Amino acid sequence: MIPELGEFALILAMLLSALQAFFGIAGPALKRDRWMAAVLPAVSGQFVMVAVSMGCLITSFVNNDFSVKYVAENSNSALPLFYRVAALWGAHAGSLILWIFLLAFWSIAAAIGTARLPKPFASRVLGVLGVISFGFLLYTLATSNPFLRLDPPWPDGQSLNPLLQDPGLAAHPPVLYTGYVGLAVAFAFAGAAMLEGRLDREWARWTRPWTTAAWAFLSCGIALGSWWAYYTLGWGGFWFWDPVENASFMPWLMATALIHSLAVTEKRGLFKSWTLLLAVLAFSLSLVGTFLVRSGVLVSVHSFAAAPGRGEFILTFLIIMIGSALALYAWRAPLLKSEAGFELTARESFLLFNNILLVTACATVFAGTIAPLIAAPLGLGKLSVGPPYFNPTFLLSVLPLMALLSVGIHSRWKRGRLGNRSRILILTLIASAVIGCGVVFGFFTGGRVLSPIGVTLGVWIIISSLIEPIDRLRRHITIPRAVLGMTLAHIGLGIFVISITSVEAFTAQRDVALAQGGITRLGAYQFQFEGVKPIQGSDYDGVAGTVLVSHDGSPVAVMRPEKREYFVQHIGTTHSAIYMYRVSNILVALGQDLGDGRWSLRVQVRPLVTFIWLAAFIMAAGGMLAISDRRYRIAQAREPAIEPVGAVTRSGAG
Amino acid sequence: MSRFVNRFTVPLAIFAVLVVVFAIGIKDSPDKDLIPSPLIGKPAPAFALPSLTDPGRKVTSAQYRGHWYLFNIWGTWCIDCRIEQPMLLRIKQTGIIPIVGLDWKDDPKDARSYLKQAGDPYQSIAVDQDGAEAIMWGAYGAPETFLVNPEGIVVYKRIGPITERAWAQDILPRLPLTSTPDAASSS
Repeated sequence: MIPELGEFALILAMLLSALQAFFGIAGPALKRDRWMAAVLPAVSGQFVMVAVSMGCLITSFVNNDFSVKYVAENSNSALPLFYRVAALWGAHAGSLILWIFLLAFWSIAAAIGTARLPKPFASRVLGVLGVISFGFLLYTLATSNPFLRLDPPWPDGQSLNPLLQDPGLAAHPPVLYTGYVGLAVAFAFAGAAMLEGRLDREWARWTRPWTTAAWAFLSCGIALGSWWAYYTLGWGGFWFWDPVENASFMPWLMATALIHSLAVTEKRGLFKSWTLLLAVLAFSLSLVGTFLVRSGVLVSVHSFAAAPGRGEFILTFLIIMIGSALALYAWRAPLLKSEAGFELTARESFLLFNNILLVTACATVFAGTIAPLIAAPLGLGKLSVGPPYFNPTFLLSVLPLMALLSVGIHSRWKRGRLGNRSRILILTLIASAVIGCGVVFGFFTGGRVLSPIGVTLGVWIIISSLIEPIDRLRRHITIPRAVLGMTLAHIGLGIFVISITSVEAFTAQRDVALAQGGITRLGAYQFQFEGVKPIQGSDYDGVAGTVLVSHDGSPVAVMRPEKREYFVQHIGTTHSAIYMYRVSNILVALGQDLGDGRWSLRVQVRPLVTFIWLAAFIMAAGGMLAISDRRYRIAQAREPAIEPVGAVTRSGAG
Repeated sequence: MSRFVNRFTVPLAIFAVLVVVFAIGIKDSPDKDLIPSPLIGKPAPAFALPSLTDPGRKVTSAQYRGHWYLFNIWGTWCIDCRIEQPMLLRIKQTGIIPIVGLDWKDDPKDARSYLKQAGDPYQSIAVDQDGAEAIMWGAYGAPETFLVNPEGIVVYKRIGPITERAWAQDILPRLPLTSTPDAASSS
């Protein structure tokens, strides 16, 4: 009964989203107030129905209802409750339900957030969101219905892939999807502006907090995924340039560019058509990513089993959504006029470079990701692209970006003078270079040419980000949260640059075969293998090794790497032991039983690797802090006073 | 600039090209079992390649004439292969069918140290550093696994990791009860 209820609710949700799309777009176009008034009930109804539907699916998982095919294929009675719930997004159909739920959630948030904006605009935003919801609901019901029954039901389920039974991974999809789907709101704002044929500085101010929120979630989601890959795949890597990773990283790069170009559009009324394009592209890349992952055109560790029809459906959806958005763009964007000019070394220029470099970075990742798809039809043979392509090409656009950042944040709007800041900038650059080279050559041996440059740039970003806030503090001027948030995010980026440089340059690693009592060394670290003993979990058994780690002769940790064998799926997994000592991560992975009590082991010391993920969370926190700035709230509270259509652009309230 | 060719229509044009690429991609998609390899039912490519474990020796298709074997394309850089690896080890333990590895576009040094660490499921491993051999097999990505019968005919191809289910439902049923050279005619 419950699965049927869930399916029924999903069908109702689809019908409501169709109403939401129709009234939302047709209402303002035909100037029907009562149509526009129907949008809000449709959005709320859609949200409730989607929530009911997801609740039904969760109930089936919790109750171990193995008559539901999706539950039987992805859960098992031996699975702990927490993972039975998380199993919902363990495969294709359920993760679509999660996606739809989050979209409904963002839609209702957008409905509340735009309630004070001009009615036709708010209505169009929700209308565009309705089109997206409708597409995904139709897709789910037509090709990926998670409520289908099995006859006869299975006695027990197949269980979730053990690699996915992990707290990091359980949290990763919801957070990542929240970011992905959040970009739909920015897309809807762009769609509404294009339908209206009008885009002013206020539009940019309305759009900014939504974009930043989505970006912050996306940052956290990507970091969680990378963290999971680091400690479960068992080999200590944290980024593989896998198609699915790229699919989340490209929208992030676009969203980063969008955040910066929105700043220019809000403050100066410039880059209007460019900002619009970025808003369209950021979400479009989320959709394209979905297509690449779900259609089976690219093979990846994350890919869901492909089924006939899915790829065609998403492609059709892509053509409708992205195609019409870009067609609308080609038609409307020429109407947008920039409101002012600027000098070459003004802040506008720096942000333009920021955008060009971020989009270039995104384009290189995109090219590498779809290279296998392009090469095959062109008869270039089979082509696969890996880190040897991605690392250098990506650095090529990101290094200048990092170098320009420290100068750019001190440039002024419109005018090209750095003024008294140029001296302090040069001083901080010298200081950073001294620190960077000192750290690299003083504490570490080896490394690469790029490592002093990387550390120098990272330190410089942090120091120069602090100049402005410190200056304001000294002069007792309050610092708006937007500035504080930006500073925090940039500091996070600086930490990120330093830590990734350090990880790339100074990771030490060794694969050894050790018998009980055997010892291996890695720099000042010593690892003593104490043999293995059997372990037993609720749905797995296996062995755990014991490794005593010491540093310069003083004991550091007792590490217990595991190898598990899951009963239901007969899949073995490696659980490396990770211990954080000072700023380095020590990783020990248990390899193969070589007989006679000898085991192969991988030992690895990665300095600062934890800071990579920490940096991502700092950046996200910076974004969230910026959203809480007064100006967004005040701006919205004032809105009803403004005449809805044809309002003259005013400067921002901040 | 003309009305239809200007900087505002460029994104749309690029998108149109992408749609064509994606459409071709779907048509040719290596849809995990759904679209058979053109090699199925045809002779597997003949090969004679340096051995990974014993660089002086060669691994050749002739050595496997008269035997069933799994031809597994992998690399240490491929995450799916690492996920698949424990399954390959179990297949090796069953002793039912030998696995011939093709170490694809890989650093042999990495490959050897990886196998030492994770266990070596292969009876022999051929090195394909420039990727030329994998092209002969029409490999799209890694891992890909081909089931080859004693006459050297490809009877099944698996894209992506071999799962317990693929082993039980797709590979085992295709093998004769005792996979001796003579039993091959049953295919």
